[in-house]
Amino acid sequence: MIRIFSILVGLFFTVALLWSFGNGAYNQITDPAAASAEELFHKHPKELALASDGPFGNFDRQQLQRGFQVYQEVCAACHSLKLVAYRDLKQLGYNDDEVKAIAAKAQIPVYDPHTGEVKSHAGLAKDNFPPVVYGGQGSPPDLSLITKARHGGASYVYSLLTGYAEQAGFKNEKGDELLKKFPDLKTPEGLHFNPYFANLNIAMPPPLSSDGQVTYGDGTKATVGQMSKDVSAFLVWTAEPELAKRHQTGWPVVLFLLFATILAYLSYRNIWADKKH
Amino acid sequence: MSFPWANEYKPSHPFMQWMDSRLPLPRFVYNAVGAGYPVPRNINYWWNFGFLALICLGLQIVTGIVLAMHYAANAGIAFDSVEHIMRDVNWGWLMRYAHGNGASAFFVVIYIHIFRGFYFGSYKPPREMVWLLGVAIFLLMMATAFMGYVLPWGQMSFWGAKVITGLFGAIPLVGEPIQQWLLGGFAPDNAALNRFFSLHYLLPFVIVAVVVLHIWALHIPGSTNPTGVEVKTESDTLPFFPYFIAKDGWAALAFLMIYCAVVFFAPNMLGHPDNYIPANSMSTPALIVPEWYFWPFYAILRSFTFDFFFIPAKLMGVLAMFGSILVWFFLPWLDKSPVRSGNYRPLFRKFFWFGLIPSVLLLGYCGGSHAAEPYLMLSQIGSFYYFAHFLIILPIISSIERPDPLPFSITESVLGHDGNAALGAAA
Repeated sequence: MIRIFSILVGLFFTVALLWSFGNGAYNQITDPAAASAEELFHKHPKELALASDGPFGNFDRQQLQRGFQVYQEVCAACHSLKLVAYRDLKQLGYNDDEVKAIAAKAQIPVYDPHTGEVKSHAGLAKDNFPPVVYGGQGSPPDLSLITKARHGGASYVYSLLTGYAEQAGFKNEKGDELLKKFPDLKTPEGLHFNPYFANLNIAMPPPLSSDGQVTYGDGTKATVGQMSKDVSAFLVWTAEPELAKRHQTGWPVVLFLLFATILAYLSYRNIWADKKH
Repeated sequence: MSFPWANEYKPSHPFMQWMDSRLPLPRFVYNAVGAGYPVPRNINYWWNFGFLALICLGLQIVTGIVLAMHYAANAGIAFDSVEHIMRDVNWGWLMRYAHGNGASAFFVVIYIHIFRGFYFGSYKPPREMVWLLGVAIFLLMMATAFMGYVLPWGQMSFWGAKVITGLFGAIPLVGEPIQQWLLGGFAPDNAALNRFFSLHYLLPFVIVAVVVLHIWALHIPGSTNPTGVEVKTESDTLPFFPYFIAKDGWAALAFLMIYCAVVFFAPNMLGHPDNYIPANSMSTPALIVPEWYFWPFYAILRSFTFDFFFIPAKLMGVLAMFGSILVWFFLPWLDKSPVRSGNYRPLFRKFFWFGLIPSVLLLGYCGGSHAAEPYLMLSQIGSFYYFAHFLIILPIISSIERPDPLPFSITESVLGHDGNAALGAAA
C-alpha cells in the first residue's frame, strides 16, 4: 500500500518536473536567450602574484607601506577604511611615534551629546580611520574588506585599477567588438568603461592615471602598475591582517596533527595486529 | 546491553565500586563507548563518520560558545562585531574561521554518513528508529546552519534569510502572515536577527539531545556492517575499546589535519565574497546562493519553473524541497528488500552509483549557479532522477531484484568457510 502511494507521489513530482523541463526546453528552442554584454565582454581578473599568496605567504612590509601611501594620497579622498585602526599600522613596520604622527593628521569626528554638536579631534593611535564624506555621485565602498568581498580578491582590485579602456573599438578575446554588437550600450555620461567591473561601466574615474602620481620614499618607480599592485597588497592586509600569523600558526598545527595521525595509525595497526577484519 | 557476550563492567578500585552502586555513570560509559560494547569486526572506514560527526558537533559548540561571548546580535552592529572578533579579539579569527569551516566539515561528514546509510541499508529493520532520529538531526542541522549564516549580517546573510523565509510565503492563504510572523517584520531586520541568534544557540543543544537518542537507539541492535548480515556469535564482534577507539581515533586526527589545513590556509574557500559586504536591503546581489551544503536542495527548489495545473511553480518548488528530505523518513518502508547491504544488491548498486550519486552531484553543481539555462534544465533532470529514485525505483527494485548470495556470518565473510574455528580461538 505504502509503495503504491509512494509511486503516485513520485509520479506527481516527476511529471511536474517533466512539465517544467518541456516548457523550458521549448522556450530555449523557440526563443533562446541571447548572451548579455556582460557575459560576452566582462573580463576575468588578471594574474597577480603577491608575497601574501599561498600557504607560506607573508606580507612584504615595504610594499604595504607603499600601498598605504597610495591609499592615503589617492583612495582616501573617497574611500573609507573604517575597520582599520591606526594602531594596526604598527604591523606595517611603523614605530609608535610614526603611528602617532600618521594618526594625528586625521580628524576624528565625535558627537557631543551635551551640545548636540559634532566636534573633531586629532586622531590617536587607538582611533579607527575616520568616515569619508563623499559629495559626488555613486557610493564609494569602504575598502577595509574589499579584497575579501569581491571574487578574485586582490587580483580583482589590481585588474580594476589597471583595466580602464577606451570603449570605442573594444574587443573581447573572440574578436567581437562591443559597440558593434551592442550599439545601445555606450557608456553613459559620468561613468567609465572598465571590462573588469561587473556591468562594464563604473562610476569611479581612473584613480591612478599617470606614472609618478605618488612619490615613493624607498625609490621604487611609481608606475600605474606598481601603484596598483602596492595598493592591492595593502588592501589584502586591511582585509586579513591576521594572514601572516594564520599561516605561521597553521604549519606547526598541521605538522603536529600529521605526526599525531601517524602515531595513532601505528597504534591502531598494533592493536589490530592479530585481529582479522 | 546488546549482546550476551559483552564484557561486564567490574570496578576494581573501591571508589569506583562505591560510585557504581550509587550512580553507575562509569558503567554507562563503559557499555556505550568502552569495552562493554561489541561492534561488528568487519565495519570499514565508511563507519568512521558517525564518530567524526560527533567531533564536529563538539567543535561547533565550543567555538560557537566563545564566539557568542563577543558577538552582538543587533542589526546595527552585528557585521562590525564579527569584524571586531576577527581583528581585536585574541585568536578571534581562529574561532570564527574554525566555526564557519566547521559547519562545512560537519556537512561533509554528515553527507558521507547519510550516504553510507543509503548504500548499506542502515535504515532497515531493526534500525528504523536510528534512521528516523538521524534524519531529524539532519533537519535540525540545516535549520541551525541556515540561522548561523544569517548572523554575520552580510549581504548573503540578509538575502538568504529573505529568500528562505520567503519560502513560507508560498503556502496558500496563510503564507504571508506566517512569513511575517517568522521574521517579526516585513523583511529581515533586528527582530529576525535576534531570534535567529537565540535559536542558533538553542538548537545545537537540541541536536545533542537527539544525538543521545540516536546513539541509544543504535546500541539496542548494534551497528550494521558491510555484509548487512546480523551479528550471530562473539567471533563476529570486537569490543569498542580498544579496537574501535583506535580506529576512530586515528581517522579523527587525519580528519582534523585536513580541517585545520582549510582553516589556516584557505578559510574563505567555501564562503561567498558577498557576505563580506554589510547587509543592504536596497541592493540585491547578482546571485543569491546559500552555502554549498544546501546547493542540491536549492537546485530542487528552483527546478520547478512552470505552474503545474493549479499549483504555482513556487509552491511546487517548496513542496519538492521539503519533500526531498521528508522522503528519507519513509525510506525504511519504501525499500523492502530483505538484503541490507548494497554489496549484495547488483541492481540497487547500479542505481546508487550511476543514478543517485550523479544526480545529487549535478543538483549540487546547479544549485550554486545562476538560475538560468542550461542550469535549470540540468537541475530538472537531477530532480527528476532524485524523486524517481526514492519514490519509484527503490520500491520497484526491492521487489524484482535478485540479490547475490550472502555470507553465512560476519566471521565467515572475514575468514572464509574454514575460518570459524581459528577466529573463535583468536578472539
